[in-house]
Amino acid sequence: MQAEGEALEKLVREIKVEIKNEDGLHMRPAMQFVDVASRFSCDIKVSNPQCEANGKSIMQMSMLAATQGSRLTIRAEGADAEEAITALKELVEGEQFRGVSVEDVPEQNN
Amino acid sequence: MEIRKGIGVSPGIAIARSLVIDSEEYRIPRRSIMNSQRKAEMRRVREAFGKAVAELTELEAALDIGESKVGDIFAVHSRFLRDRSLRKKITDLVFSECLTAEYAVSTILREIATHFAQVKDAYISERAADIYDVERRLLRHLLGKKREDVAHLTEEMVVIAHQLSPTQTAGFNKTFVKGVATDVGGRTSHSAIVARSLGIPAVVALEDISEAVGVGDAVIVDGNRGVVIINPDEETVREYEKYLQDFARLEHELDAIRDMPAVTRDGVRVELLGNIEFPDESEVVLAKGGEGIGLYRTEFLYLYNQQEPTEVDHYEAYVKAVQAFSNSSVVIRTMDLGADKYTPSRRYTPEPNPCLGLRSIRLCLQDLAMFKTQLRAILRTSVLGDVKIMFPLITNLEELRHAKMILHDVMEDLDEESIPYKHDIEVGIMIETPSAALTAGTLARDVDFFSIGTNDLIQYTLAVDRSNERVSSLFSAGEPAVLRLIRAVVQDAYRAKIGLHVCGEMASEPEYIMLLLGLGVRTFSLAPPMIPEVKQIIRSVTMTDCNQLTRKILTMNSQRQISNYLRDAARKIIPEVF
Repeated sequence: MQAEGEALEKLVREIKVEIKNEDGLHMRPAMQFVDVASRFSCDIKVSNPQCEANGKSIMQMSMLAATQGSRLTIRAEGADAEEAITALKELVEGEQFRGVSVEDVPEQNN
Repeated sequence: MEIRKGIGVSPGIAIARSLVIDSEEYRIPRRSIMNSQRKAEMRRVREAFGKAVAELTELEAALDIGESKVGDIFAVHSRFLRDRSLRKKITDLVFSECLTAEYAVSTILREIATHFAQVKDAYISERAADIYDVERRLLRHLLGKKREDVAHLTEEMVVIAHQLSPTQTAGFNKTFVKGVATDVGGRTSHSAIVARSLGIPAVVALEDISEAVGVGDAVIVDGNRGVVIINPDEETVREYEKYLQDFARLEHELDAIRDMPAVTRDGVRVELLGNIEFPDESEVVLAKGGEGIGLYRTEFLYLYNQQEPTEVDHYEAYVKAVQAFSNSSVVIRTMDLGADKYTPSRRYTPEPNPCLGLRSIRLCLQDLAMFKTQLRAILRTSVLGDVKIMFPLITNLEELRHAKMILHDVMEDLDEESIPYKHDIEVGIMIETPSAALTAGTLARDVDFFSIGTNDLIQYTLAVDRSNERVSSLFSAGEPAVLRLIRAVVQDAYRAKIGLHVCGEMASEPEYIMLLLGLGVRTFSLAPPMIPEVKQIIRSVTMTDCNQLTRKILTMNSQRQISNYLRDAARKIIPEVF
């Protein structure tokens, strides 16, 4: 029972994207990212080699922007991780980010 | 509980919560809270976020959608304010370090701003400004530091500030501002002037009261003793409440003698006049039983206007007071500002020692256009009542004659324009420098009256700045040197048969009333709220007692001995006042 419940909640999806937008992940895109991420209940973490940010926090996302490299890992963890990643992927591949998926790593915990 | 000593500049007691106001540049002191207060402090953080979000939503709604630049800025701000991890970071700091909401907000947001500012990318580093904006918005809600707050109070408050500007005090809601306490200032600072005109207690020169008091702290402002108590314990509050009740009862009793003359038990008549700062205060003088205006300070005209006051400004301000006292005298003192005082329309060169600098009559004699404007207005009001002119800070005969010469120039101008004025208007001087006191016999020949300004006279005689808390204990009217000067001035005035007032604070201190009577003073000019009490004292004493006390005092050589003796004597003769 417990294992089953955990498995359900710990649904994890992760993508790696390279941001081609010259201006990087600036305030406006960061804002949009946070807005989209906030629609989902799963945890969303965005990281670059230096640090990790909560994808729903403008503070953390803009701190990330401040130290950003062009490669970001977006990791969603929770029941609606699948939908979250789909939506965020669409966003980062759009005009604002011009992100290009580096690799998709679908992953199931255990 | 914390007790701070400053200078009481307006009498009375206020017990209320604090409202700390300051300039836009917030200086948030690191202040610890008790473990038990952490929950409440964290709630304040959350409330501030809530209010700030609501405020922004309102602002955004009011904006045109097309105004994307401004809209973007607000959008960023509101996302920061909705950011739970940011809020949590702040409440965590409050909890783990036991810090105030203000300090935690400031610390965290400045950390983030610094982080941004260090980035080489200009676009990102400029975002630091946004973070500072968010910080200020939150702090405004936490501190209630909005200027409007002073005007829109809904409960009784004590206003705490580093220093109050005219704009800030102009917004005071008299119903709710119950007291004032400031870091800096003296008797002529705005805080003092405004507090006295509102009849609320004020204490100034408290050093860092605006940092020591948190918003919403319980505060007692004791304008009588020049003390502010932060977060008083229950016993102290009880003591003060009792004191307030006694005070109210005494005041009620004093109302009964309002219409009775100030006359000693053995029949010597004394005249009690009021000192005022604003025209409206003449009403207070009347209500308190004052018989005229002994000192009309005119500095407010220069301090409260953006431009230098015009002749009409002066005239209107004086007419009001003159009409209120159509049958008794109104002494208007010409401008007594120093170069240290900022007036909006002019910038003076800072002086290393403003008390000894270009101030008062010296400034007037250098800026004749300004001086003449005021003199013209005073002269024009002289046909409406018993108006008298008084020059402050006269130090020698040349200065006095120079000032009188200017006055005559103005009179000639008025004659030419056929503008009526009282040709024999009385002209007097403040005796507030030792040099004037020592040469009073000479000066008396050129004037109609003297007014002894004890505050400055003591300061210049003893070389003590009483707003400097490190030496203020040396400031005393009971110094033998001061008393000898006063006695000499009174005697010179008698010999020359000219009028004499005492208009400094000494005139309203119960223990000095008997001494001044004994020295021969028959006219006192004091802060209007003090009039009933002083009248009560005068009505309780006999001249025989006063003369005896004065003879004794004049044989003493130490301030301590004199002060103790005066206090004991006053307690014996007028126990009800102490």
